[in-house]
Amino acid sequence: MSDFSAVADRGDTAIRFTNVHKWYGSFHVLRNISLTVGRGERIVVCGPSGSGKSTLIRCVNRLEDHQRGSIVVDGVELTDDIKRIDEVRREVGMVFQNFNLFPHLTILENCTLAPIWVRKMPKRDAEELAAKLLARVKILDQANKYPGQLSGGQQQRAAIARALCMTPKIMLFDEPTSSLDPEMVKEVLDTMTALAQEGMTMVVVTHEMGFARQVADRVVFIDRGEIVEVNAPGAFFDHPQHERTRLFLSQILH
Amino acid sequence: MSLEPVAYVRTAPEPEEPPPLLSRGGLAWIRANLFSSIGSSLVTIGCVALAAYLLPHLAAWATTRAIWSATDGAVCRQHQDGACWAFVVAKWDYLRFGSYPVAERWRVDVVEAIGAALVVWLLWMNAPRRSWGALLFFVVYPIVALILLRGSSLVGLPIVDTLLWGGIFVSLLTAVVGIVFSLPLGVLLALGRRSPLPVVRMASVVFIEFVRGVPFITILFMANNLLPLFLPEAWAPDRLLRPLAGIAIFSAAYMAEEVRGGLQSLDRGQYEAAMALGLNYPRMTALVILPQALTLVIPGIVNNFIGLFMDTTLVSVVGVTDFLEAMNNAIKDPVWAGPTILTTGYVFAGIFYFAFCYGMARYSAHVERTLAKGRR
Amino acid sequence: MDPASARRWSWLNDQRARGLIYQALLLGLIGALAWGAIDNALINMRARGIPTGFGFWNDVAGFDINLHLISYSNLSTYGRAFWVGLLNTLLIAAICIPLATLLGFMIGVARLSPNWLLSRFASIYTSIMRNTPLLLLLLFWYNAVLKSLPGPRQSISVGGVVFLNNRGLYLPMPIARDPAVWFLGAVLAAVALAAGFRAWARRRQDRTGAQAPTAFVAAALILGLPALVTAAVGPPFAFDIARLSGFNLKGGLQIIPEMAALIFGLVTFTAAFIAEIVRAGVLAVPVGQVEAAGALGLHRGLSMKLVVIPQAMRLITPPLTSQYLNVIKNSSLAVFIGYPDLVQIFTGTVLNQTQAAVQVMAITMAVYLAISLSVALALNAFNARYALKGR
Repeated sequence: MSDFSAVADRGDTAIRFTNVHKWYGSFHVLRNISLTVGRGERIVVCGPSGSGKSTLIRCVNRLEDHQRGSIVVDGVELTDDIKRIDEVRREVGMVFQNFNLFPHLTILENCTLAPIWVRKMPKRDAEELAAKLLARVKILDQANKYPGQLSGGQQQRAAIARALCMTPKIMLFDEPTSSLDPEMVKEVLDTMTALAQEGMTMVVVTHEMGFARQVADRVVFIDRGEIVEVNAPGAFFDHPQHERTRLFLSQILH
Repeated sequence: MSLEPVAYVRTAPEPEEPPPLLSRGGLAWIRANLFSSIGSSLVTIGCVALAAYLLPHLAAWATTRAIWSATDGAVCRQHQDGACWAFVVAKWDYLRFGSYPVAERWRVDVVEAIGAALVVWLLWMNAPRRSWGALLFFVVYPIVALILLRGSSLVGLPIVDTLLWGGIFVSLLTAVVGIVFSLPLGVLLALGRRSPLPVVRMASVVFIEFVRGVPFITILFMANNLLPLFLPEAWAPDRLLRPLAGIAIFSAAYMAEEVRGGLQSLDRGQYEAAMALGLNYPRMTALVILPQALTLVIPGIVNNFIGLFMDTTLVSVVGVTDFLEAMNNAIKDPVWAGPTILTTGYVFAGIFYFAFCYGMARYSAHVERTLAKGRR
Repeated sequence: MDPASARRWSWLNDQRARGLIYQALLLGLIGALAWGAIDNALINMRARGIPTGFGFWNDVAGFDINLHLISYSNLSTYGRAFWVGLLNTLLIAAICIPLATLLGFMIGVARLSPNWLLSRFASIYTSIMRNTPLLLLLLFWYNAVLKSLPGPRQSISVGGVVFLNNRGLYLPMPIARDPAVWFLGAVLAAVALAAGFRAWARRRQDRTGAQAPTAFVAAALILGLPALVTAAVGPPFAFDIARLSGFNLKGGLQIIPEMAALIFGLVTFTAAFIAEIVRAGVLAVPVGQVEAAGALGLHRGLSMKLVVIPQAMRLITPPLTSQYLNVIKNSSLAVFIGYPDLVQIFTGTVLNQTQAAVQVMAITMAVYLAISLSVALALNAFNARYALKGR
């Protein structure tokens, strides 16, 4: 078995994958994934396209289901049980590659929608919370505009604020900067760095290696559905052990 | 609280495995698509029960219990639980040609064959020299078809009055005439609607919205009743020409909207590149804009044709005998009278229209897919 | 040419001047055509003794109409016949549009169902309806179905209150009795109470976050309150059920076979198109929207109500209104099966009898244009208000 038990024994795991397999039809997309993410830990997941890294984090909030093995998130095991899935989704926030803001609602309404309807917050409290978080990601002045009227970087920061309004314990990021113009990538990464510094448990799928070096506790390299190498960022980037890791790094760091 | 980084390096590859039994293949598909929940399972059972009740009944009516050959309606009157296909077989020539003189029917066949060949040429995406085909189809073919069908003493073909024309060939004729005339007219209207000149734009808009805002039947009535009044006595138009004019006008307005959609979806950059190269408006339109826009709207044009083919059933209201009217007439024949004749006739007509329209729709979808691939 | 004259004529090359010239030419052409047409029309009409004015409007019609919502007899005027026809057209539209919408949405939802069989059945239905001419459907319903029903003496009966025969469909006709006033009041009160409850629940949710089951309460009120009143004061309606009297059925609400065929045909035909519109609208909402809603913790019902349906409705509304216009235009096919709508009465019988083709056609087209344009204007206003805002 792999060496993740050290962290597991501490008893404060946020996410635990145990021998997880997933198939799309007959395509074996995730193979025997075992990974433990501790509370407050920041994990960066990287790998070539088609490696299964997006599928991996989408399994955490059951946007994808797995056929074998177990995934336990915040103490709740993910099965077909809808109540459990909703429980998990309340505590896990997700930021998508193409933002997925609701175009028919203002930014403020995007942020207050879930707190009002899922956490049953009174409207005023929800709006206060949303305003606070929008200020934190520095787009409070856009609160009454519609997503179509914002730039890409602003939309993604709004999406981060929307996820944070549910006060999640874990935040998932699925290639959050891949759809952005280069000059807007920094503002989003800065937001994510600030979030990390406040102690949020984060799992980030990204190609931004500078961010990984600066923020991550561990970097996980996935290729062809299996975890190939896991290490602290310094060791990972400077002394990659597996030859596939070395190949991948040579392709993206040129 | 700090966490020691836990390092891991893979030593052996994970083997690829087949998915678990219930998650793969036929069983998985059945579980997901038919029985995914209690409600879904009940619906599946209900649907299967309905099909099991209806399908054998319908199939038997159409095949095993049907009468396939007979000389008159007596056999069909005796066996009332099946279709009377013998009736369709007996009436087939009338359904195809109406009352067109038997000796001259070869002319209709020739016109149909040429038309089919031209249409295949035009619609086959990789055909050579399609612009020649377009010229032939839109300019030469109508004249040739007119001479052949109507007859002309110049060419030694006896004249066949339009009163005798009827059946499938009239349906095809009206639809094809509609498309042939409506495409150029529709292009002009679409260009006019996008023109910066206010009078041109107004005229196009008024024409298009007027024609699209009223029922097709009123256009046919208008053409039939008003055209003879608006034209001088000497030009009295033929009884078939009037509804054809109405069809052309009606189809042109809808075609204009399709073409306009194509023009609008064209990248603004195409216009700018053409202008930068020094092309004036007519050249830019003919050489750069229209070829691209028309290719984009081929699926829309085919859909228009399908709709038009179904709308041609309405021409019987002004006395033209199209396929459906021919069927109506055939059903009234006392030799064949019987309770199953009506249903048989209408079902056959339905199958005919469905096969034609569905086939054209599949072609249009195929073209759309091919074009989308080319435009990645 | 020499430079001086070249300068004098150079304005011909000016784009604006050219534009003005083209437009003047076009106006001239249209004017000439119109003048020629009207001139010819007047000559021809006078030559054939066709009336050129609208005097026929007040002449006696001399024909019967078997369905009239306002009083009409064969001594009424052509003008009255026009109104009868118009009302019949609007009646068909008023009946068919809601029914087609209901059926269309149901089939559209079935088409989107994850149950493969249900989706296939719905798909077969829409395929058949969209590739069959409406006229064929109407003729089928009228001739093959309704005309081949048994005579009144052998009517098919449903529960003893609804009868079907070749003279039409007979439904129970409600006749108001004294308690009807109370019943009506109860219905209105229930609606008002439900609306009030909804407003109160919404304000409470804003204040405290607690949610209330407004749908259930509204249903309970609208069904329950009138039921209570009926129990207390007695039934508000007596139903006149058709009875066989001699060779015919008398009484009840009779729907003539022409109308029944038109309704069945139009509703089943239009529903197929509406189903495709609904399906396309829902599918056009990007899947990321549903994922984002789910990731936020919204369960399926809430994500449908708050995220998917608002966006889908924006996409569905324009083509849906276009289909409603089609229902009104397609109702003109009534002329083929003898339902007395505007086209059948006015451009059919009236035109034939008065020969006043130009006037009759002009009035008819004006009516349809008025309907089309007002719907288009309403749709524009709707789009302006509800379109998704971009940069």
